[in-house]
Amino acid sequence: MATLEILKYPDPRLKQESVEVEHFDDDLQRFLDDLEETMGDGPGAVGIAAPQVGRFQRIAIVDISSKPKLVNHGRMFLINPEIVEWDGLAVGREGCLSVPDYTGNVVRAERIKLRYLDRDGNEIEIDTEGYEARAVQHEMDHLDGMLFVDRVVSRRHDLFRRKHYKQRGER
Amino acid sequence: MQHWYMLTLVGHDQPGIVARVTAALFEAGANLGEASMMRLGGEFTIMLRARYDGGVYALRGHLEPIADALGLHLHVDACDGEPQGHVEPDVRISVSGADRPGIVSEVAGALAEAGFNILELESDVAGSADKPIYLIHIEGEARQGSDALEAALAPLRDKGVDVSMQPIELMVG
Repeated sequence: MATLEILKYPDPRLKQESVEVEHFDDDLQRFLDDLEETMGDGPGAVGIAAPQVGRFQRIAIVDISSKPKLVNHGRMFLINPEIVEWDGLAVGREGCLSVPDYTGNVVRAERIKLRYLDRDGNEIEIDTEGYEARAVQHEMDHLDGMLFVDRVVSRRHDLFRRKHYKQRGER
Repeated sequence: MQHWYMLTLVGHDQPGIVARVTAALFEAGANLGEASMMRLGGEFTIMLRARYDGGVYALRGHLEPIADALGLHLHVDACDGEPQGHVEPDVRISVSGADRPGIVSEVAGALAEAGFNILELESDVAGSADKPIYLIHIEGEARQGSDALEAALAPLRDKGVDVSMQPIELMVG
């Protein structure tokens, strides 16, 4: 296992879109081990995405079990993740291994239904919410070349939870 | 040797204040740090940190012509501290109620008693002129824990002030 170097903003590679994983081979397994070690090396990180270490594949790890009181699914290796349903909006504070010494308030979906492949390629579907859902959305943004600094909202006007008004045709 | 300075500029709002002040600082060779700039009432207010290779008087000298032209009060102080190493808030408090004298002082007094350190406070007056409401948003550190804070804030609710507090759970990913 090895600790990988984390790309820091404004490295333009962080804006690159990642491609889907197709092969669940030994190389992938080795990379997942390295990514896991790199996440553990960061200060209090509860997630990491492959593009943060310069590998542009749709891979992330989320593990918020250090906060046992919050809804969590343990250590999740998310490969080709997709949010298939979401509901509600909430404001929360985020920071990022790729943007040291800066935090900001970001609006995320409160509840999500997440579909992904685990490290062995098995399809998994879970419902999650709150902090874990926030971590998943933050990591999935990296896969699309998006950073939380692109989503930080005004502190002055976004402290209250916002109501999500359902659109016509939306279930 | 480079020093940090705190610049305060306040004056009647008009377009171009930020552009002209920051252009003067750039031309003076100053490098800007953190800033808070906003309109309060009809005044535009700037609190701005800048690093500058010289003394207070030299920096003032670069800004005075612009401040005079724009009708801004100008204040320059030396100040310590690097922009890195942010202190993170762990609690967010929202306060609202019918406007009356003393709301901020009651809230701030209760917070101080509970060992709360305010990192940011923004307040606004809304509603109509005959029935104004007052809103306050505060972020800070609950140094004695959230139970002490909750206990300190509870009596405010009996005085007709809506107070809510939410922990800020920082998510780093």
